[in-house]
Amino acid sequence: MTSGTLITQITDYANRADPYPLYAELRKIPVRREDDGSYLVSTYYEVRSLANDPRLSNDTTNRPPGYARVGQPEAESGLPPSFIFTDPPVHDRLRETINRPFGPPHSPRFLDGLRGELATVVTDLLDAFEGKDQVDIVEDFAYPLPVTAICKVLGVPREDEPRFHVWADALASSLDPQAGDDGQAKAQQARQDMGAYLADLIETKRRHPGPGILSALAPDMTPADLEATAVLLLVAGHETTVNAITNTTLTLLRHPDVLDRLHKDPGLAVPLIEEVLRYEPPVQFVPWTTALADIDVADTTIPKGAPVWLMLAAANRDPKRFKDPDRFDPGRKDNEHLGFYTGIHYCFGAPLARIELHVAVPELFRRVTFSRLLEDPPPYRANAVLRGPRHLPVAIEALTA
Amino acid sequence: MSADTDVEILRRRGRIVVVGASLAGLRAAETLRDKGFTGSLTMIGDEPYEPYDRPPLSKQALLGRARPEDTALPRRRDIDAEWRLGVAAESLDRAAKQVRLTNGDTVPYDRLLITTGTRARPWFHPEEAALDGVFGLRTRDDSARLCRKLTGGVSRVLVIGAGFTGSEVASACRELGLDVTVAERGPAPLVGALGGVIGAVADRLQRGHGVDLRCGVSVTALEGDDVGRLRRAHLSDGSVIDAEVAVVSLGAMRNTEWLAGSGVAAGPRGIACDAGCRVFDVNGIVTDDIYAAGDVARSPHPLFDYQFLALEHWGNAVEQAEIAAHNMICAGPDRRPHLWLPMFWSTQFGVNIKSVGVPSLGDQLVVAQGALAEARFVAVYGYRGRVIAAVSFDGAKWLGFYEQQIAAGAPFPPEYRAVDRRTEMLHPVDPAFPDPHLPTHGATVTLTGHSPSERRVAFVPAHA
Repeated sequence: MTSGTLITQITDYANRADPYPLYAELRKIPVRREDDGSYLVSTYYEVRSLANDPRLSNDTTNRPPGYARVGQPEAESGLPPSFIFTDPPVHDRLRETINRPFGPPHSPRFLDGLRGELATVVTDLLDAFEGKDQVDIVEDFAYPLPVTAICKVLGVPREDEPRFHVWADALASSLDPQAGDDGQAKAQQARQDMGAYLADLIETKRRHPGPGILSALAPDMTPADLEATAVLLLVAGHETTVNAITNTTLTLLRHPDVLDRLHKDPGLAVPLIEEVLRYEPPVQFVPWTTALADIDVADTTIPKGAPVWLMLAAANRDPKRFKDPDRFDPGRKDNEHLGFYTGIHYCFGAPLARIELHVAVPELFRRVTFSRLLEDPPPYRANAVLRGPRHLPVAIEALTA
Repeated sequence: MSADTDVEILRRRGRIVVVGASLAGLRAAETLRDKGFTGSLTMIGDEPYEPYDRPPLSKQALLGRARPEDTALPRRRDIDAEWRLGVAAESLDRAAKQVRLTNGDTVPYDRLLITTGTRARPWFHPEEAALDGVFGLRTRDDSARLCRKLTGGVSRVLVIGAGFTGSEVASACRELGLDVTVAERGPAPLVGALGGVIGAVADRLQRGHGVDLRCGVSVTALEGDDVGRLRRAHLSDGSVIDAEVAVVSLGAMRNTEWLAGSGVAAGPRGIACDAGCRVFDVNGIVTDDIYAAGDVARSPHPLFDYQFLALEHWGNAVEQAEIAAHNMICAGPDRRPHLWLPMFWSTQFGVNIKSVGVPSLGDQLVVAQGALAEARFVAVYGYRGRVIAAVSFDGAKWLGFYEQQIAAGAPFPPEYRAVDRRTEMLHPVDPAFPDPHLPTHGATVTLTGHSPSERRVAFVPAHA
C-alpha cells in the first residue's frame, strides 16, 4: 500500500463509517510523507509533541504557493482569519479577550449558569419522543441542543437557526480536504453571508447590549475580528458537539454491557464521555498546521513549509499510549486523549462541550429505553475531519418521565 | 538469592518509617502500599496536621479564597499507617536502626525515608522576630495567621525578600488593596532564580501593580513599640518604613539538624543521596536502608555534570518520593533512577510564571518567543552552547517543548523559526545572575557541587 492511496482512502467517503483500520495502517509510519509533500503524523507522542511545538504554525499563509490555505479568507474579502487559524501573539490576544466573558478567571460562572436552561432543552426534546417508536438521534436530539447552547453563549437569536445552519454546514465542509474548489467557493460565499448577518447582529449588540458574549466583546474588539470569532464559534459550536453527542449514543448502543453499567452507576457518565472523546473524537484530524522550520520527529525531518496533518483519532488509538486501544473502556485510567487537541489551540469550547454532554447523555439514557440501532453503521456526513453520523435512526421501547 | 528473600520479607513484614509527613512523605507512603508493601508504616510529622498542600498558602489562602485548613492533600489511597503527628524526630541512631522522637519515644525501622523538607528562614534577630506583626510563611498556621492579619485592617505591609514567596505575598497584598513595600537585597525580584534580565520584568510587574519596590537594600532592623507591636523597619539605605506587618521571606532552610552526629551526609544544603534516593554517609558510602526525597534531598543529575541538585519543587517532591518508595522495597536491578527535570511555577500579579531546567546555570539567554516588554514570553537559557532552561511568563504551554530540548541537549541559541519570534536573529545576552557565592533567597534550584559531604560554609544572612 503506498502512502498516496492511504490518505485518499482516509478521505474517501466509503471509509467514513470505520476509518480506524486505515489509521492503524497509518501508524506503522508515525510521520508519513505524502506525494504532495504534506506530512501525516499519526502516533500519540509525536502528535502531542508537534501540537505543542512552537515551530508549527496554524497560519496556513506560511505554506508555499500551491498548497491549500485552510482557514484563510481570500485577500479581497478583507476579512481576518478566525483565531484558530492564527499564531501568537495575535492568537493569544484574541483568545484571551474572547475568554474574558466566557471562562475563568474573569467569568468563572458563566458556563455553569447555562446548565439549567440546557437541562430544560434536553427535557423538552425528550418529552417530544413521547408516542414515537423510532427517532433520529441527530435531528431530534443531538442537533438542537448545541445550537441552542451556542446561540445562548453568543447571544444569537435561536430563530435565525435555519439561516445560519446552511452557512455553518458549508464552512464546516470546507475543512474537509475533499471539499475541492467548489466546496471552497461555497465556503467563501457562506463566510461572506454569515459575516454579513453577524456584522448586522454585532452592530445591533453594540447599540443595545444584551446577554451573551458578543455584546460583552463588542466594545473590546474590532468589528472584523469579532465577526470572524462569531463565525468560528457558531460553526464550531454547531458541528462538533452534535457529533460528540451522536457518537456517544452510537457507541453506547453498540456496547450494551457498558450501557448496563451506566444504568447501575450514573457516575460512569463522566469517564464514559471522556472515553468516547478518545474512541470516536468529533475532530478526527487537524490538516491545517505548517512547519515553520525543519522539524526532526520520529526519525523523519519535516521540512520547513510542509503542511502537517495531525491525526488525532489515530493518535487516540495508539497502542504505545493506550492499552488495548480499540476497546471502548470507560474504566480506562489515565485517559489523556487528544479529542480536544492539546497546546495553545486546545479546544476553546471544551468546557461548554463537556457541560452539554453531561447534561444530555445521562438524561437520554435514563429516560429512553432503546431497543436497537435501525442502521449500523448509520449514514455519515461527507466530512472526514468533523466526522459524525448524518442520521442515527434508533428504535425506542419506552420513555420515562 | 538471599537478598531477594530479604526484599520479599521486607515487603511483607518490614517496618518502614517516614520522617516528614508532608507531600513527599504521603506520596511515598501511598506508593509503598501501591507496590504491595504490607508491613508496618509509621508517619512522623512535627506539625499536628495530616499532609497538606503548600502552594496555595501564599496565593489563594492569603486572599481568603481557600481556607488553609482546606488544603489537605487529596489521598490517592488508604495507606494504613500509624501517624505520629505533632512530634518531631530528634535524632537518628543508625547502629540501632531507630529514630528518637522529641518526646523520648524511639521508633525502630528496617527502612527509613527522610522527607523532612525545609522551613522558612527566620528573621536573624530573635527579639525582633518575636514582635507582633512579624510573620514567616511556610506552614498552614503561618498562612492562617497572616491571612487574618492582612484582612483585619492593616495599612502597610513590608515584605522582606523578593523571591517567589515574597513576590506572591506582595501580589496577594496588592490584590487585597493593601499598600506594600518590598525590600530586596538583590538588584531585582526573582533574581536568584531567574537572573537580572527576567528580574527586570518582575520589577516592572511589581511597580506596575503599585508595589513600593526597593531593590539593592537590606532591612537592618525591625522596631516595635512598647507593647511589642511592629511599628517600623530600618533599611540599609538609611530610610525608615512604617509598617504594622512584616513578612520575612528569605528563603528556606533544610530540616537536617536532627541528623547531626548520625553519620549520614546531611547539612545545610540537604541530605546527599544517590540517583536512587539512597542516602550517603559522611564518607560518601551509600547506605542501603536510609532514603531521602523532596526538598531536603540533594542528588546527582546527569544533565548537570552529575552535580548534586537540590530542588524545592512540588513536582520533584512527588516524583522523587515515588522513586524512593519503589527503590526501598526492590532488589538492586529493579531500582530506578530519579532523573526529574526541575520544574516549578508561580502566579503573581496576574501572571503565570513557569520554569523548566536550571536557569541559574545559564551563561546566556535569548527571548525565543514573545517579548519581555509585554511580560509575555519564553526565555531560553543556554549553558556552554546547549539549552539548559526555559522560563515563561504567561506561556506555560510551550515549556513541554523546551523541556524536550533541554533533555536532548539541543544547541543554544535556538536558530529555528517559531511562532511569536519577534526578531530574525536571536541575540544571546548575559542572563545576569548575581554572584553565585552570594546565596539568594530566590533560588529554588541549587547545584550543590559533586561532594556528598559538605565542607563549605553555611548560609549566613547578610545584614549591615
